[in-house]
Amino acid sequence: MTPRTDIRFVLNGKDVSVPDVSADQTLLDFLRLERRLTGTKEGCAEGDCGACTVLVGRLGQAGLSYAPVNACIRFLASLDGCHVVTVEHLSGPDGRLHPVQQAMVDHHGSQCGFCTPGFVMALYALWMQTPEPTEAQVETALQGNLCRCTGYEPIIRAAVAVSRYGTPASDHLNTEREAMTGRLAALKDGRRVVSGPQDNLSILPFSADDLAECLQTYPEATIVAGATDVGLWVTKFLRKIGPAIFTGHLEDLKAVEKQGQHLLIGAGASYTDCQDLLSEHLPHLTSYWDRIAGWQVRNMGTVGGNIANGSPIGDTPPLLIALGAEITLRRGSGVRTMPLGAFFIDYGKQDLKPDEFVESIRVPLPQARDLNAAYKISKRRDEDISSVAAGIHMTVEDGIIRDARIAMGGMAATPKRAAAAEVSLNGQPWSRESFEAAATALAQDFSPLTDWRASSDYRMLIAQNLLRRFFLEHDAQTDTPVQLACA
Amino acid sequence: MKDTVSIVGAAHTDVNHDSAIKHVTGGADYTDDIALPQGALHAYLGVSDVAHAKLHSIDFAKVLETPGVVGVLTTDDVPGINDISPTHLNDEPVFPTDTIQFHGQPLFAVIAETRDIARRAAELAEIKYETLPHALDPIEAQNAGYPHVTAPLKLERGDVAPAQAAAHNRIRGRMRVGGQDHMYLEGHIAFAIPGEDDDVVVHCSTQHPSEAQHMVAHVLGVPSNAVVVNVRRMGGGFGGKESQMNLFCVVAAMAAKKWNRAVKIRPDRDQDMTATGKRHDFVIDYDVVFDNAGRIQAVESSFAARCGFSADLSGPVTDRALFHADNAYFYPNVRLNSHPMKTNTVSNTAFRGFGGPQGVIAAERMIEEIAYATGQDPLDVRKANFYGTEDRNVTPYHQVVEDSILDRLVGELEETSDYRQRRQDIIAFNQSSPILKKGIALTPVKFGISFTATWYNQAGALVHVYKDGSIHLNHGGTEMGQGLNTKVAQVVAEAFQVDFSRIKITKTTTEKVPNTSATAASSGTDLNGMAALNAVEQIKERLVKFASENWDVSPEQVIFLANHVHIGEEVLPFDAFIKQAYLARVHLSATGFYKTPKIHWDRDKGQGRPFYYYAYGASCSEVTIDTLTGEYRVDRTDVLHDVGRSLNPVLDKGQVEGAFVQGMGWLTTEELWWDDAGRLRTHAPSTYKIPLASDRPRVFNVKLADWSENRELTIKRSKAVGEPPFMLGISVFEALSMAVASVADYRECPRLDAPATPERVLMAVARLQNGA
Repeated sequence: MTPRTDIRFVLNGKDVSVPDVSADQTLLDFLRLERRLTGTKEGCAEGDCGACTVLVGRLGQAGLSYAPVNACIRFLASLDGCHVVTVEHLSGPDGRLHPVQQAMVDHHGSQCGFCTPGFVMALYALWMQTPEPTEAQVETALQGNLCRCTGYEPIIRAAVAVSRYGTPASDHLNTEREAMTGRLAALKDGRRVVSGPQDNLSILPFSADDLAECLQTYPEATIVAGATDVGLWVTKFLRKIGPAIFTGHLEDLKAVEKQGQHLLIGAGASYTDCQDLLSEHLPHLTSYWDRIAGWQVRNMGTVGGNIANGSPIGDTPPLLIALGAEITLRRGSGVRTMPLGAFFIDYGKQDLKPDEFVESIRVPLPQARDLNAAYKISKRRDEDISSVAAGIHMTVEDGIIRDARIAMGGMAATPKRAAAAEVSLNGQPWSRESFEAAATALAQDFSPLTDWRASSDYRMLIAQNLLRRFFLEHDAQTDTPVQLACA
Repeated sequence: MKDTVSIVGAAHTDVNHDSAIKHVTGGADYTDDIALPQGALHAYLGVSDVAHAKLHSIDFAKVLETPGVVGVLTTDDVPGINDISPTHLNDEPVFPTDTIQFHGQPLFAVIAETRDIARRAAELAEIKYETLPHALDPIEAQNAGYPHVTAPLKLERGDVAPAQAAAHNRIRGRMRVGGQDHMYLEGHIAFAIPGEDDDVVVHCSTQHPSEAQHMVAHVLGVPSNAVVVNVRRMGGGFGGKESQMNLFCVVAAMAAKKWNRAVKIRPDRDQDMTATGKRHDFVIDYDVVFDNAGRIQAVESSFAARCGFSADLSGPVTDRALFHADNAYFYPNVRLNSHPMKTNTVSNTAFRGFGGPQGVIAAERMIEEIAYATGQDPLDVRKANFYGTEDRNVTPYHQVVEDSILDRLVGELEETSDYRQRRQDIIAFNQSSPILKKGIALTPVKFGISFTATWYNQAGALVHVYKDGSIHLNHGGTEMGQGLNTKVAQVVAEAFQVDFSRIKITKTTTEKVPNTSATAASSGTDLNGMAALNAVEQIKERLVKFASENWDVSPEQVIFLANHVHIGEEVLPFDAFIKQAYLARVHLSATGFYKTPKIHWDRDKGQGRPFYYYAYGASCSEVTIDTLTGEYRVDRTDVLHDVGRSLNPVLDKGQVEGAFVQGMGWLTTEELWWDDAGRLRTHAPSTYKIPLASDRPRVFNVKLADWSENRELTIKRSKAVGEPPFMLGISVFEALSMAVASVADYRECPRLDAPATPERVLMAVARLQNGA
């Protein structure tokens, strides 16, 4: 079958076909420049401020679901087969304000108004999912939206009140759900898409197998899953990414399931996709997971991408390494598996061939005696990159520590195990002294950098203190809180 | 009176922001949303990648051969004067001719068919230069013998030397206070459309349209009457668009005239943050003498500021730091000096509070020092040093504080926040909690209202009443979210006694009101509200004269009330009355004007009355810190703030809440970080962290002091609200400090520098633990 060359999706109420979509064309520019849908704003072009928030509806295994995303770093090609909803689509045909909008007006949730459409869209998505949210749920939903005027207070008041203005059941995205499902299903033609100019191709394989094949044809291609990192290569660094192979639509890379004593996470599963299963089986990750970027980015970004890009400050590798995760890489029809820690060779260098891709991550489930923790320290609590991230695992049998696995991010050129600290703990009794010794040993494991996020001294001190926190948190003798509550 | 007895949207009522519905629907147009005319071009700035250098040449060959590039704009293209310094010191070129003064300095602009082409091409210029040594912070600059960018100020009253010589208790210290990026959600933008002859129209996002107009005229070498500057609304300003928009307006206008096509310029967020100025960082050296009870006897302080490469507004900013170095406290003997240092950084500028917050925080640091030294509750030290009403009421600049309400205001907050009990509880908590520690602080604010440049305290307005009774309102202020247009329209509605909905608020334009002042210094409503009222009064006077003559009643029998006009026994709907007035050829349009009375300032002597009045406020914050990581959380904040008799309580409360969180951000997570090469590395929201919803206090009680009324004859006895509540955020900083101090049993002032990032908090904890 010859590849299709246009990108097809539904924009608000209209079917759209865009021919020749370059790899680096963003949804935001398309909306503002091509369609003059100027309600969606550019505030930062890096997925941090949320002024560009739109909803993307996608037909997945569980049916049609809508999620807020950042239009500024979302590539247009990745929307093939989706329903894009902008702020212009909210008010009804009679021009009446949407419940979210009316609540924002009545609670004085806007001042300068520039961030407001983005807040409205994030709150719209929240209301659809959780019509009567708690303040804490609102805050989590708004981690990806910055407001510089209001101090957020009136926005929170509005968000908590939305349900008084209307119920999601009567919202047109719900009343038209069936029709939209049909329209989106009709867009799925099972064909590969190759769009855009020759020097800047957008390629959408139709399956994981086809992805493997595409990579054989275009080994130099940039793989784009959630675009939460690659998006910035374009918007911030003006880097060329074409040819780009988009994978965010591939259902067969999105599996998130329990398989025996493991959790399997498909490389294309977003942070949001993983959330429920991880919370169920690895409860120590629950609050950590909520601190990965903001909601919009969690809806786009993937664990696979977080690993594949090899960042020393990625949020997930330290805790996955500590859990003993393995990754599976695929090249053509061949696969290989390795411990996650071995994947990271050096700064910017991973054990990944040009035509190879990360297919899945396998996380062993903890045993009853295992102690696990995941910590993230950042300048701002939410939606920030970690100064230090740590995954800590160990087993305590008869008061003796065994099998310590401590992995840290932000401490070296790669996410890295603290080998000396592990050695220092293994075989030692569960005691403050053992952890003090491990904290001392940590200085042999790392010599962190100073940058704008944190100084070398601070990084080392908190890394050591996280070992102390781990001890206090799991120690039966300690009965006072040793960590700030989440909300 | 038949139908309604009162109007909708009067003064002193809760009226929604006039654009609220447009905000939530995406229908509010910002400059970037205006449809471009055919053939419009885009400009993008090319910037330096070195902090200080001799500029030899720029080779544009690769830029110009890029498809879609129309040309470049350089210093050679400046038809008039290559200078955009707002204080006319001639120290801020549009583009430099021979010296690069900071990393990221705009050197030229590329003009192209699309913004993307212009942006990419701007990277292709080959800049040849010879590196010079650079100084980034004010102390480095002083050590390197750098000059002041503008004349320093000295304020002096009494005699500090004898007090210092006789001192029993004297503390000297140094505090570093970081700057702050405005991080308005809408970045800088300007869009110029060329007209006939010299004419050019510029749409932009500036707080100071008149200055942008004058700068464009100055740089183009044309009279001001050739230039029109329009601002419908801004997506936030906070001072960052007072002078900093000039560059973008000028570049767009020059290019528009050069190519005779409309030209838009919009930097990306990173360029916006690196190429435009911020709040000044300060290094403050203080020397305080006090008696055993903690009463201040003498203060000597010096305020060295990172001004950047040019003066911009650094003169008045550093002046205002000194004006507020007393905060709410009487200094019997005082000497304050400013050092506005030149540095090889972007030229710093106005930001909400305008240097005042840096002065206030220095005062609060001295209070803290005294409290730890004397073992008192800092609130007692604060109260012991408040300005008196009869005596102890003269400021370091010799203005008498006549209107202090702090005793009552702080007393009320102390009660309602249950400060004393909670402080006791917190001290007890800290004794039993080894890792988590709490702190609480109640801090006051006194903030002087008026531009210290006295001539700025004037405003104009233009009011038309159309013959159908609809009203068109224009004034010289700009709307950046604060609700200025709403408040001024309320004043007009009240004066005409018509519903708010009858009034159309239109864009700010230099065509309608000339020679306006910046919408800054919290003055927008004070000045423009009065000017609009003056215009309304003129029209009403004509209408009353017409009615009394036509109906043969005395002028006192003509009363505007509730959408009607009562003329003797007769009652006419407002629009019917206006129609009659029109037919009788009554002039239904007026320009209004206002200038603030009573103020004067002699800078050379350091004496006068720079402020018409003061606004007051206080806040009480409780925090918890984690002594293993330095992370923290604001558990509760109570605010009581004075806005006089509020014109619109709900909008004023919004200003107070927003300002508090912004002030808290300045002192907590917002950190400007330059590397050794002079490159700002926190230059976008990914690296520069303003507060999120989850950072606001877990409990946040904000109240306006509804009993307060301005003693001066301000508009409806209200008070300015833009800046004063910004400093309420200081209570968070002081509470963090107390939590840190707990690890050494409150015996030592932790001397936190700002911003108190988790790193600074933890390092202070470690320092005290190791020292104790």
